Amino acid sequence: MYNFDFVKPATVDEAVKALGDEDAQALGGGQTLIPTLKQRLASPSKLVSLTGISDMQGVTKDGDSVVIGGGTTHRVVAEDAADAYPGLAGLAGRIGDPAVRNRGTIGGSLANNDPSACYPAAALGSGATIVTNTREIAADDYFQGMFTTALEEGEIITQVRFPIPKVSHYSKIAQPASRFPLVAVFVAQYAGGVRVAVTGASNNGVFRWSEAEAALSQNFAADALEGLTLPADDMIGDLHGTAAYRAHLVGVMTRRAVTAAS
Amino acid sequence: MTQVSMTVNGKQASGDVEGRTLLVQFLRDAQGLTGSHVGCDTSQCGACVVHVDGQAVKACTMLALEAEGAEVSTIEGQANADGSLNVIQQAFQDHHGLQCGFCTPGMVMSAAALLKDNPKPTETEVRDYLEGNICRCTGYHNIVKAILAASGQDVSAIAAE
Amino acid sequence: MPKDGGIGASSKRREDIRFLTGEGNYTDDINLRGQAYVFFLRSDIAHGTINSIDTSAATGMPGVVKIFTAADFEGVGSIPCGWQVTDKHGEVMQEPAHPVLASGKVRHVGEPMAAVVAETLAQARDAAEAIVVDISDLPAVVDMKDALKADAPKVHDDLKSNLCYDWGFVEENKAAVEEAFQNAAHVTTLELRNNRLVANPMEPRVAVGDFARGTGDHTLYTTSQNPHVIRLLMGAFVLGIPEHKLRVVAPDVGGGFGTKIFHYQEEAFVTFAAKACNRPVKWTSSRTEAFMSDAHGRDHVTTIQLALDAENNFTALRTDTHANMGAYLSTFAPSVPTWLHGTLMAGNYRTPLIYVNVKAVFTNTVPVDAYRGAGRPEATFQLERVIDKAAIELGVDAVALRRQNFITEFPYATPVAVEYDTGDYVATMDKLTEIADLAGFEARRKESEARGKLRGLGVNCYIEACGIAPSNLVGQLGARAGLFESATVRVNATGGLVVMTGSHSHGQGHETSFAQVVAEMIGIDENMIEIVHGDTANTPMGMGTYGSRSIAVGGSAMVRATEKIIAKAKKIASHLLEASEGDIELKDGAFSVAGTDKSVAWGDVTLAAYVPHNYPLDDIEPGLEETAFYDPSNFTYPSGAYACEVEVDRDTGQVTIERFAAADDFGNIINPMIVSGQVHGGIAQGIGQALLENCAYDENGQLLSASYMDYAMPRAYDMPFFDVDHSCQTPCTHNPLGVKGCGEAGAIGSPPAVVGAVVDALRSSGRDVTHIDMPLSPNRVWAAMQ
Repeated sequence: MYNFDFVKPATVDEAVKALGDEDAQALGGGQTLIPTLKQRLASPSKLVSLTGISDMQGVTKDGDSVVIGGGTTHRVVAEDAADAYPGLAGLAGRIGDPAVRNRGTIGGSLANNDPSACYPAAALGSGATIVTNTREIAADDYFQGMFTTALEEGEIITQVRFPIPKVSHYSKIAQPASRFPLVAVFVAQYAGGVRVAVTGASNNGVFRWSEAEAALSQNFAADALEGLTLPADDMIGDLHGTAAYRAHLVGVMTRRAVTAAS
Repeated sequence: MTQVSMTVNGKQASGDVEGRTLLVQFLRDAQGLTGSHVGCDTSQCGACVVHVDGQAVKACTMLALEAEGAEVSTIEGQANADGSLNVIQQAFQDHHGLQCGFCTPGMVMSAAALLKDNPKPTETEVRDYLEGNICRCTGYHNIVKAILAASGQDVSAIAAE
Repeated sequence: MPKDGGIGASSKRREDIRFLTGEGNYTDDINLRGQAYVFFLRSDIAHGTINSIDTSAATGMPGVVKIFTAADFEGVGSIPCGWQVTDKHGEVMQEPAHPVLASGKVRHVGEPMAAVVAETLAQARDAAEAIVVDISDLPAVVDMKDALKADAPKVHDDLKSNLCYDWGFVEENKAAVEEAFQNAAHVTTLELRNNRLVANPMEPRVAVGDFARGTGDHTLYTTSQNPHVIRLLMGAFVLGIPEHKLRVVAPDVGGGFGTKIFHYQEEAFVTFAAKACNRPVKWTSSRTEAFMSDAHGRDHVTTIQLALDAENNFTALRTDTHANMGAYLSTFAPSVPTWLHGTLMAGNYRTPLIYVNVKAVFTNTVPVDAYRGAGRPEATFQLERVIDKAAIELGVDAVALRRQNFITEFPYATPVAVEYDTGDYVATMDKLTEIADLAGFEARRKESEARGKLRGLGVNCYIEACGIAPSNLVGQLGARAGLFESATVRVNATGGLVVMTGSHSHGQGHETSFAQVVAEMIGIDENMIEIVHGDTANTPMGMGTYGSRSIAVGGSAMVRATEKIIAKAKKIASHLLEASEGDIELKDGAFSVAGTDKSVAWGDVTLAAYVPHNYPLDDIEPGLEETAFYDPSNFTYPSGAYACEVEVDRDTGQVTIERFAAADDFGNIINPMIVSGQVHGGIAQGIGQALLENCAYDENGQLLSASYMDYAMPRAYDMPFFDVDHSCQTPCTHNPLGVKGCGEAGAIGSPPAVVGAVVDALRSSGRDVTHIDMPLSPNRVWAAMQ
C-alpha cells in the first residue's frame, strides 16, 4: 500500500468535511478497498472511515420499508433484517465469508458497485432508494455500469431504504475461485409488479431483466419464464464462464429464485 | 506515525503505526504475536483471522488504526489459564485437524466464532462457515470433525482411519 | 485393540501443541537484528528484450540500501538443474542458463529483473516503482505444439529450438508395440490434457539471508523441504560457498507439496545480498508473487492408445505426451515427465508392451516441476481414463475389465523398467467395493434422479513408485544427486534420545511418527525421543522430504542407526551384566541375560556410556551416538483403488462430490491417524485438480489465474467426509520397516475417479460423452451436456 492518513469521524458532517481534502477517500468495512490498496491500484491521500458514525448504523423498519444505515455490516443486516425482509437478509448472510460479513458494509458495497457484488442486485431488485448526505437517488438511476455510480465526489451513502416486497429470493451460483457470484439473480414481487435484478453476468454491471419482470408480473411462477432467453452479447466471458453460459445461468437462477421466493 | 492503542489478549498494547499498517502487521511485527499468519493478499485464506470485539475478522484486511480501543484476541490467547489447550484446540489435536499448522490459527479462531454463535452446528453449517478459511493439507475432513467434536457432538461414526 | 504407543499406534502429534497455540516458528516469524527487506521488480510481460534498466531515480529514494540487477551477478552461477535426461537419439537435453536476475531477456511473467533492498518492504517497493526498464516486447510462445513449430519464437536464443528433449521409452520396444497395435482386436484412443496446477502451500515462500563478517559464515533461513539440497545446489553451483561456511535452516514449514523442493533465485539472492549489504536481507513472497514464481505442476497434453485382444486382455499401450517445462528448467523438472511418469505406465495391469514418448517443451511460462505425485498422477490419469473409455467402447464393466487385467503375481517386472516387489490389487479392489458400497450405487442413483440430479460413479486403481530412490539407478537415469537418507541417533546419558534426520517435516508429523519407530525398537516411551530436522548445522547430510520417501528411506536410515545403538548398548550391557553379548536381550527398555532374571535398565546402560567407570574401554569407545545412511535397493510401490460418486446439476453443470472412498495398500503403517490425514489431503488436492484448479495463461503469456480470485482453491464445502482404508497391507520386501509411503497416493488416485464419475453421470442421461478435460468446471460440464 501507499501510505495515507487515517481519520475516523463521529458524524456525517465531519466525514464530509474530511472527504473534501484532495484525494481523500471513504472507507467502509474495507473488504474490497484494502485488498485494492494492497495491490497499489489506488493511492488516496487520506482514508475517512465511516464505521464510527453511529447515525449510519443499524436496521430499522419504517412503514413498508426497511431502512439500513450505510455503515451497517452484512452480518447485522443478515440478523436484524431477517424478520422484516428475509430475502434481503438471506442475501446479506451469504456475501463473502463470515469474517468478511463482520466488516463489510452495505454502503461500501453499493459505492463500489463491483459487477459481481451481491448488494447491487438487492438494491436494484427492490427499487431501493440510496440516501446520501445530500440527496436521495433511486436505484434505477444509481447504477451506471461496472464500478460506476451516480455518487459525486465526496458523497456518502448514509442510508438505503428498501421497500418490502410480498416475496423475494436471491439465487446465486458462485465463481469457483473468488466465490463471488458467477451469476446471481434477485427476484422481488411487489403489489405493483415483479422486479428481477441480475449481477455477475453483464459487462455493464447489475441490470434488470425486463422481459422476465413482465412475464412474472403476469404470472409469478417459474413456468412463466419458459422460452425467455437473454442475448449473450453483453455478458461477461472469462476463465470461469463463457458469455453464453452466463446468459443461460441468468435464466436458471431466475427460475430458482422464483421457485424459492417466500 | 500515529499512536494506536488496543487490548490484545487482555493486555494493553500500543505503538506508533502508519495509516497503512494492517492489524496483522501490528500484531506480528510490533507485538511479536506471530501466530496470526498471512497466506494471501486477497482476503480469502483466513490464516490471519483474529477476533475484534468478539467477532472474527481478517487481520490482513483491517487497518491497525481501525482497531483503536478494541478488544483483540489472537491464537496466542486461546489456551486455558494453566496453559493447557482449550476445548477447540484439544479437539484439533485429538482428531488430527492440522498438518503443517499454517492455516491452523485462523481455523481455530473461526471455529471459536462459529461455536459462539452456533453451539451445535451441523456438518453443513461447519463447512459453510469455513468458506473464508483455506487449508491445503487436511482436505478439511479432520477439521470439520474436530469442530463437531469440540461442540460436544458424537463424531465416532465419522471415519477416522 | 489399538496400541497406545510405538509402531501402529495413532499417537497424537506432539508438534500440534506449538501450532495450536501460535508458537510455531515459520521462516517469516524469524526477524534478525538489523535486517533489510528486498522487493523484486518482476516482469509483467512474458517475453522481451531488456534494453536497459535505469535505477538512478530509485537509488536515492528513502530507505534504499542497494539496488541489484543482473550486472551485479557477473561471475555468479546459474540456478542449476538436478537431472539430465538423455533423449531417444542418445543426446542430452537442451539446458539453458537460469540467472538469479533476468539477463538480456525476460522469459516469463514474474521473472525478477531487479531487486531493491531497503529499510522497509514498503520503501523497497516504492523504489522499485521508480526503476525504469526499457524493454522490447517479443512474441511469446505459450502453447506447446506451437512452440515446436519451425518458425516459433525461441524462448532461449542460444538453444536450437524450444524442444528440451524428445524421450522414448523403452525405445527398443517401439517396433514390437507398433506390431501389437496392428494385431489388436480393439484400439482405444484418448486425447487429454493434465491441467497446469499451482501447489499453493498455505505458507508462501520466505528467505532470510545472513552473513557474519567476523567468521565468513553464511546462513540462509528458507521455506524448504530439503535444506541440505539447497545448501549443496546454491553453495556449489550458484554462489561458490563451501558447505562448511554455509548453513541452511528450514524451520517450521507451512506445507510444501513439491514446490518447496527446488532451489529458487530468491534464496540465492538473499544469501548473496546479505554479504553485499553486510546485513540480513529478508524476502517474504506475497501470494500473487507465489503464483508467478513458485514452480507450477502438471501441464501435460497427451494422446494415449490402448490395444486389446479379442478377450479384452491389454496387449499394448502407447502414449505421446507434450510436457511443459516453462521458461527454465527447475531443479527436478526433466525427471517428472520421464522417469517419474514413463516408468509407471504399466499401472496395475499386465500389459506386455509399452512405449512412451515425451517431448519436453520450453514456453514463456513459469517453470514447471514436481507437484504432489509428480509424473505419477499424469501416468495414472491417462491410463485409468483410457481404460474407462475402452470399457465404454467395448460395452463391458470397467471394474471387471480392470480385474481381468490385474497383475496378480509378485515380484512383477513391468515392460517399463521397474519391478513391483509386492501388491494385491484384487484385495484393494475388494476392500473398495465394500467400503464404497458399490452394490448400493444404483439405488443411490435412483434416489438422486428422483431429486432431479444426475448421479455417476467412477472407480479406478493407481500404482506409484515411492521411496525415492536407489542412488546408483537414478544416477544412470540422469540424476545429479544421490537419493539416500540419513539419521544420527544421539543417546544422552540419562537415556533420552535425539534423532537428527535428513528428512524434513512440513506437515507430515515426523516428530511424532519417527519417535514411534525408535520407541518401539528400544521399548521406551515415545516422549523420551526428540526428532530434530531442518538445519544443516545439526543434522547429517540428507536429501529431504518429497516423493513419499521419508518413512521408507529416512525411516530406514533411522532404523539402521538405532540398530547400531542397540548393538553397542548390548555390548555395554553384557559388560555390566558380566554375560556373553550373544545372550543379551532388549525388551521393554531393559537388557536381560537370556534364561536368567539378571537385567539392567536402558538408563543404566546409557549412563555407563557417558560415565565409563565400569566399562569395556579396551573394546569400545565411550558415548552412544550413531549415524546411518540408507540407500534403498528399489522403489516402493503403494497401490490402491478409489471410488467417487458425484451428483451433477442438469441446469448448471455444477458437480458435487457425494461420496469418496479410498482403499490403499501402503505396506506397514506407523501411525494410522497420520496416514489417514495424508490420504485425506491428497484426495482433496486431486478433487481440486479434477473440479476446480486451473492455472491458465492467455495467448500472450499473461497469467490469468494469479490470485485466489481466479485460481480456485478447494474449500470445506467442496468436500465430503472421506472413507479411507489401509487395512490391505502387503509389506515392502526391501526396507526394514516394510513401509511404502502414503503422501502422494490421494492426489494420484483421485482425479480419474472424479472425471469418471462425472462422465458416468452424463452418460446415465443418454449423452455420448467419454471424457471431459479437467477442471470439470460447471461451464465445461454444462457444455458437455448441450
